[in-house]
Amino acid sequence: MKKLINAPEDVVTEALHGMAAAHPDLLTVHFDPTYVIRADGVPEGKVALLSGGGSGHEPMHNGFVGRGMLDGACPGEVFTSPTPDQMQAATEALDAGAGVLHIVKNYTGDVMNFEMAAELAEASDVEVQSVVVNDDVAVEDSTYTAGRRGVGGTVLIEKICGAAADKGHSLDEVADLARRCNEEVRSMGMALTSCTVPTAGEPTFDLGEDEMEIGIGIHGEPGRKRMAVESADDIVDRLMTPILEDLPFTEGDDVLLFVNSMGGTPLIEVYLAYRKAAEIAEKHGLRVVRNLVGPYITSLEMAGLSITMLRMDDDLIDLWDAPVHTPALRWGA
Amino acid sequence: MPVTAADLRAWIRAFANQVAEERAHLTKLDSAIGDGDHGQNLNRGLSHAVDGLDNGNDDLPSTMKSVAMSLISKTGGASGPLYGTFFMDAGKAVGERPELDVAGVAELFRAGLAGVQRRGKAEPGDKTMVDALLPAVEALEEAAENGEALPTALTHAKAAAEDGMKATTPLQARKGRASYLGERSKGHQDPGATSSYYLVAAAADTFGSSA
Repeated sequence: MKKLINAPEDVVTEALHGMAAAHPDLLTVHFDPTYVIRADGVPEGKVALLSGGGSGHEPMHNGFVGRGMLDGACPGEVFTSPTPDQMQAATEALDAGAGVLHIVKNYTGDVMNFEMAAELAEASDVEVQSVVVNDDVAVEDSTYTAGRRGVGGTVLIEKICGAAADKGHSLDEVADLARRCNEEVRSMGMALTSCTVPTAGEPTFDLGEDEMEIGIGIHGEPGRKRMAVESADDIVDRLMTPILEDLPFTEGDDVLLFVNSMGGTPLIEVYLAYRKAAEIAEKHGLRVVRNLVGPYITSLEMAGLSITMLRMDDDLIDLWDAPVHTPALRWGA
Repeated sequence: MPVTAADLRAWIRAFANQVAEERAHLTKLDSAIGDGDHGQNLNRGLSHAVDGLDNGNDDLPSTMKSVAMSLISKTGGASGPLYGTFFMDAGKAVGERPELDVAGVAELFRAGLAGVQRRGKAEPGDKTMVDALLPAVEALEEAAENGEALPTALTHAKAAAEDGMKATTPLQARKGRASYLGERSKGHQDPGATSSYYLVAAAADTFGSSA
């Protein structure tokens, strides 16, 4: 293992100290239990948005804490769900009288820990709603698995719901909006290389020099199939086809197209892929009205891509365009 | 001899030792079909739980609650809530009793298993902790019915858990991260069932030897 770290067990904590040092105007990091919250506090009467999950997906979620997106995030160990005590402490710290929305990615550990946190918050009289994001079309058999995973759609939902909360929407309204977006968004990813969890010291899975995994999860979970590497255009086609085949896209729809690097793939390749993804979307009669390109939901140093498409309407476009100021996303503010 | 709070603490220490010793094995099993952190996470949670045991003469329910809270707050992943709920619900079931006989130990494990199933929604055969715990619970209940002594009952439970653990190898995972492998999850022993076997084995080794 060759990594720019000091000690494997200190990676998460030292990175959080770095974030706190780099963005004191945007966020504050609390330790024991560990959580990140916006530096300026949640405005009185605003619904607070809390997400969280294993570390190693930076900038998600800590990098989306600030104004107009998440109010707080709970980072776990690398690829390991955070714990209910962190979530409960963050929930109580964030509640500004309008309740707290938990945005949870559909992984067994995340769902169970957030469930316990919501039970604990109930006991302390904070109103909590939970939304589970599950946009990964790579998981075909959701009856006999833990279900579709939460991936790229999470980033879009956090931005859109953050804007809705800023506009004064109620907890129920923001939760409904998150669920509606989750129904309108689909994602699929692929990996060219594995990644190495610092405390494990070895690659999470083996992938031959000439192989790729189509449908990879953000922790290196296997996808639909392993096959020989193809050209970028063919790979993008392999990701776009299942997204387009799945509900809900039809000709004439407006969409947001999000092409994401898994961490190890450089932007030059991500833009190259975006070019093809946009071409395919337009060939299907979709209008790409907004986009996001870059590393936003990563798997450590894994090389690869994911593509996410969200069907948009005028409301969602307004919410997407609303000002946001976080370490990783910033416009209009 | 019945099981006292001191025996429960010895059980937790033995379980923690076993997980610490087998951490690399659990990591290897979990790397094959999960994300390789089961040994690491459970070891972290249990070390914290053992530290919490050192402060005294707690009774049965408070011992169980302290272990549960340590596991819930320090483990992370899926195993934190699952083992945490096991001890939380097991502790509630044994209540204020000063000590446990065979039937009491069976109740403890039955309640813990029910907690695991409530939290994780797994059925037998899904290739999870349940596949090691359920046969152990059934063996304990049968032993209680037959009036067997505690060491014999626990020897049966340990053997049943071991069989259950081994029987997960050919199964296709239907819960947790391993389920994403589909057919490819077959041929690997489940790491959760393995740590659950350690939990039962630790009880057999500690409660059994107190008799």
